[in-house]
Amino acid sequence: MNVKGKVIKYGDNIDTDVIIPARYLNTSDPAELAKHCMEDLDKDFVNKVQAGDIVVAGKNFGCGSSREHAPIALKASGVSCVIADTFARIFYRNSINIGLPIVECPEAANDIEDGDEVSVDFDTGTIVNHTKGNIYKAAPFPEFLQELISSGGLIEYVKRQTDKS
Amino acid sequence: MGMTMTQKILAEHAGLESVKAGQLIKVKVDMVLGNDITTPVAVKEFEKIGVNKVFDINKIAIVPDHFTPNKDIKSAEQVKMIREFSKKMGIVNFFEVGQMGVEHALLPEKGLVVAGDVVIGADSHTCTYGALGAFSTGVGSTDMAAGMATGETWFKVPEAIKFVLEGKPGKWVSGKDIILHIIGKIGVDGALYKSMEFTGEGLKYLSMDDRFSIANMAIEAGAKNGIFEVDDKTLAYIAEHSNKPYKVYKADEDAEYAEVYRIDLSTLRPTVAFPHLPENTRTIDEVGDIKIHQVVIGSCTNGRIEDLRVAAEVLKGKKVHPDVRCIIIPATQKIWKQAMNEGLFDIFVDAGAAVSTPTCGPCLGGHMGILAEGERAVATTNRNFVGRMGHPRSEVYLASPAVAAASAVAGKIVAPE
Repeated sequence: MNVKGKVIKYGDNIDTDVIIPARYLNTSDPAELAKHCMEDLDKDFVNKVQAGDIVVAGKNFGCGSSREHAPIALKASGVSCVIADTFARIFYRNSINIGLPIVECPEAANDIEDGDEVSVDFDTGTIVNHTKGNIYKAAPFPEFLQELISSGGLIEYVKRQTDKS
Repeated sequence: MGMTMTQKILAEHAGLESVKAGQLIKVKVDMVLGNDITTPVAVKEFEKIGVNKVFDINKIAIVPDHFTPNKDIKSAEQVKMIREFSKKMGIVNFFEVGQMGVEHALLPEKGLVVAGDVVIGADSHTCTYGALGAFSTGVGSTDMAAGMATGETWFKVPEAIKFVLEGKPGKWVSGKDIILHIIGKIGVDGALYKSMEFTGEGLKYLSMDDRFSIANMAIEAGAKNGIFEVDDKTLAYIAEHSNKPYKVYKADEDAEYAEVYRIDLSTLRPTVAFPHLPENTRTIDEVGDIKIHQVVIGSCTNGRIEDLRVAAEVLKGKKVHPDVRCIIIPATQKIWKQAMNEGLFDIFVDAGAAVSTPTCGPCLGGHMGILAEGERAVATTNRNFVGRMGHPRSEVYLASPAVAAASAVAGKIVAPE
């Protein structure tokens, strides 16, 4: 699978409260959540984000609350992938479970700048920065996670398992 | 090679002789938890799986505690949906307003978690039950859905950081101060993907309520779980609250740790985390002159009976500063009744504080004490992110109940001494 898009860049420790503030969690409707995505950090995000855009951030992206509404809001905003130095672990799980592609790559997270054109090849873990002409390599997902991802997320995976038994 | 406490629990629940850090394993879970925000999403995902029953009606707990008593129509609709789901599935541990409490105070109190358990909860502070010597960790709604359907989940076996607690903490140094000190030291990603294992002779000075506060905020250091070595206090707590069989796991002598920290509790001071990260800690002696508008004493971190007793000790015979709203939220009905019977409510109300029914409420900016632009709160809660308690330009300072209560009287952040 490949994605290509323009980068919106943020810093370290982007928490799930700024990705989707709790005051909007009285709904789980993805389109409704997307309207308020990143609102407390970057009011302009909802206006500037285009389908396919890639969010790049520093350390510990998605820290804090376990709200799955956070990756849901990003995905429903049109974000095609999040690249970060590191991810908070619950956000990491949630993204894989709901099918928001994420890549952990410190080199890319550090070098890529806001507005760069970037593409990601998930099969090889290769990230290409078309603006700067740089290539970065992310570690591939462990086999089990690849299976989860290729099943189409955790629910599809569990469905297959329960169908088998 | 030896295993850490967490690795031993995970190995047994995976049906394996041993596991090592980094290994991906499938484990059986003893409890699956959700709240009014995460369960609606989990129910939708559960329905997609196509099974018509949950794996065990006794091993699921659903606690509507975040926006309850329902703050608006949408919240009421969410709780209605999960209430109906719980009824349809026959889930035994659905807690309605009136029996409900803040989930991580409620589950141990109801005896639903004991030493040796594996617990997943669609709430990041599920790590609280590590205080009981259980492996417990926060997950998302989809993991909750899969857990409800199968009774299993997958984990990457974590490595651990060992915290050896030594010495006796001073009178005003609580579990909250200890964990804030630790987060200040290692940072909000200092334990990312790892276990935090707490041991040492200093444990004997820590009450169960102290330990719940410490394990609760392991997630604020990025940890997968926080876990305490089981001692007599743990066993006494379990005996008082639960009939469930438990199992005590102890780390192997030769277990490997990513890091080991020795912390002399006798040297710690009451500690405050400044906006907007829990790692921005200062001792109470370094805070300077910070005027405040609100104090919140409650939450899954510090809404337990000892927290309320300490707050009452500080507030007794005093008045909340005229420029401050002081909101006190006992975490469960049992704690509420106990506080009432001990006369703590008289002290709170005479001091000019408001006492609320159990709810997570203001901790996550839900209701019952939202901040306006430019307002500052001292809260015994667990997060001080941008906009956490209200307006994006409001501020939350995290502190112990003693510091929060003293600050409510002074109108600024002060030491309880």
